[in-house]
Amino acid sequence: MGSKFLKSVVVGASLAAALAAAPAAFAKDWKTVVIGMEGAYEPWNLTDSSGHIVGFEVDLANDLCKRINVECKIIAQDWDGMIPGLKAGKFDVIMDGMSITEERKKEIDFSKPYAAPPAAFMAAKGSDIAKALGPGKVVNATKDPAAKDAAVKAVQAALKGKTIGVQVSTTHANFASKYLKDIATIKEYKTTDERDLDLKSGRIDIALDDYPTIAAALDKPDAKDFGIVGPEFIGDVFGVGEGMGLRKSDADLTARFNKALDAAFADGSVKRYSLKWFKIDTTP
Amino acid sequence: MDWGFIGATFLRLIAAVPLTLEVWLSSVILGAVVAAGVTWMRVSDSRPLKAVARAYVAVFRGTPLLIQLFIVYYGLASLPAVRHSLFWPFLRDAFDCAVLSLGLCTAGYQAEIFRGALIAVPHGQVEAARACGMSGLLLFRRIIFPIALRHGLPAYSTEMISMVKATALVSLITLWDVMSVALKIRNDTLVTYLPLVLAGAIYFVVNYAIGAAFLALERRLSPHLRARTS
Amino acid sequence: MGLFQIFGFGPGGWGLAMLEGAAMTLLVSACGLLIGAAIGALVAWARLSRHRPSGALGEAYAALFRGLPELLVVYFVYFGTSTLLTDLANLVGYQGFVGVPSFLAGALAVGVISGAYQAEVYRAGYLAIARGELEAAVSVGMDRLLMFRRIVAPQVLRFALPGLGNLWQVALKDSSLISVTGLAELMRVSQIGAGSTHQPFAFYLGGMALYLVMTLVSTRLFDAAEARATRGLRRVAAG
Repeated sequence: MGSKFLKSVVVGASLAAALAAAPAAFAKDWKTVVIGMEGAYEPWNLTDSSGHIVGFEVDLANDLCKRINVECKIIAQDWDGMIPGLKAGKFDVIMDGMSITEERKKEIDFSKPYAAPPAAFMAAKGSDIAKALGPGKVVNATKDPAAKDAAVKAVQAALKGKTIGVQVSTTHANFASKYLKDIATIKEYKTTDERDLDLKSGRIDIALDDYPTIAAALDKPDAKDFGIVGPEFIGDVFGVGEGMGLRKSDADLTARFNKALDAAFADGSVKRYSLKWFKIDTTP
Repeated sequence: MDWGFIGATFLRLIAAVPLTLEVWLSSVILGAVVAAGVTWMRVSDSRPLKAVARAYVAVFRGTPLLIQLFIVYYGLASLPAVRHSLFWPFLRDAFDCAVLSLGLCTAGYQAEIFRGALIAVPHGQVEAARACGMSGLLLFRRIIFPIALRHGLPAYSTEMISMVKATALVSLITLWDVMSVALKIRNDTLVTYLPLVLAGAIYFVVNYAIGAAFLALERRLSPHLRARTS
Repeated sequence: MGLFQIFGFGPGGWGLAMLEGAAMTLLVSACGLLIGAAIGALVAWARLSRHRPSGALGEAYAALFRGLPELLVVYFVYFGTSTLLTDLANLVGYQGFVGVPSFLAGALAVGVISGAYQAEVYRAGYLAIARGELEAAVSVGMDRLLMFRRIVAPQVLRFALPGLGNLWQVALKDSSLISVTGLAELMRVSQIGAGSTHQPFAFYLGGMALYLVMTLVSTRLFDAAEARATRGLRRVAAG
């Protein structure tokens, strides 16, 4: 026993690890691309009752992969582990309604945005908040900063002492902590479904997410007492649209996907998927 | 080594320890009370009561705490009957739900510990006490409880430590305990391991302290088992 | 949708998904238990050895994983194994990532924790073997491997069965924590179903019922195995 045994164990283990990783070896040749999605972020991606992941991003991913001639494999990953998972090599691309922000650009690269919907608030119709904020109205922070400031003040006034629900680590959570920190109680959830359940049961007074997600939630039969209220923000902390997240070291893959996206925009495929899943055209 | 970052992270985690301990203590106490009731049913002479107690233990020891937690927090809140009941002010609050769920779960385990401790009381002692005329509360207080306590302490200590570890699950129902603060720091700063390592260290120290406290208690209660000094 | 339709096996029915989740739970728990058995045997051997550093290492392992929350270990193993293997592979000059699928990471997490407790069970089992038998084996001329195969292992397993039965149930329950890694085991399927249909009570209760069935059946099986393994053995307390 002793060091000789130990050495052979270490060598054996590394060999085994390298062999086990052989399929992933073609990192630069890109035969297969593994894409990470939540499978719980309707309508961007969701898991149906047979266990398959479907949604806007699934359609788009399959389309883009075909264009650049690779095989797409989609795996499920909780949202709060997305970027760590990407960096750990669990998958090669993140497609999960992830907004392109400066903060995130420090850690990972993004493709061009493939959607740019506004954010939206959802609350019970006829509640104090709904009355204070009024119906949904788009506010573009980059084009009209003054309107944005006014809208933010309106939100702060309406939410004083109330509870807002957001998903962890999202631009919506950033909005809440930036503007509502000492004004409202902020509850953060792992998934949007859990937050919607709490909105329905009255634990939170208002929810904030992007427009397609809110619209899909409102489409459900038990959501007839809820509606979109207040400003629908574009820009500011919400970023410049949703894009694919990739590792900085895979710039070649990013470039290939960007080319594919250009083609997909040009022939109207992206718009088609957007209308199918979001009912509106979110092409940037 | 960014000591500033490490220090700041550590302080943020320490700030969450009181909540973790609050959840732990409240659920342990609730669990003890419920377990006492379940044990009483278990050792009673009534067949139906025994069956209920055994079913309780089977359910709460045979299913994951995570799913019990989700039933209490999300499941109950989705029932209109619950939302209109007088329990709603409690069940609405995440902390109360956490304490309720953890308490019910530990009660299942504590009931088994109590039962094992009671079985370990030598029947001869109980007989002798009865022969002296002791009965009921006095018998329990003077004879049964002290002996059972000594027998049950090691297993109880293990359960207490399990409960501290179980509090990490409340991070999944919007409570800001040590675990969720660590995860938030990880998500915000994208430093993957440091927050988890520091959180782990904190949990380890807390568990070690609890284990040591119980060991000291065991030693105090067992003077006849201590090593002779002379 | 009515409750029967939601859990049914027709289109839009989650019944099949839930059962597949339960099957996945059984599979990942079993793999976890096996990994734990390997680790537990190793740690028990370290703790029983006369070599002081090994003993200390074994005790440190056991203390570490008994003092850390299981959820923390799951997160750590899930992100850590990929990074660790990648670093190891990079050391031998391999470029790119070494992926560890969720199943393996989950089973590893369960196994690593289970191993700490299994070590205790195996150690107690070994110490319960009559010294005389071991002495007799040595005096008859059995080498260590044969002695292990013929004398030690069967008896350790027999003494360890009650403890292992309990640890199997623990593994089943710990596997629910793997849901945070995205593996489609029973807890995660329940969560997705609950979120998708906005019927958390039905799904979590259904999931709980399936877990209960698994633990009750396991208890029966282990009791039967114990009865078989300890026939002819006189013990103080039965079952």
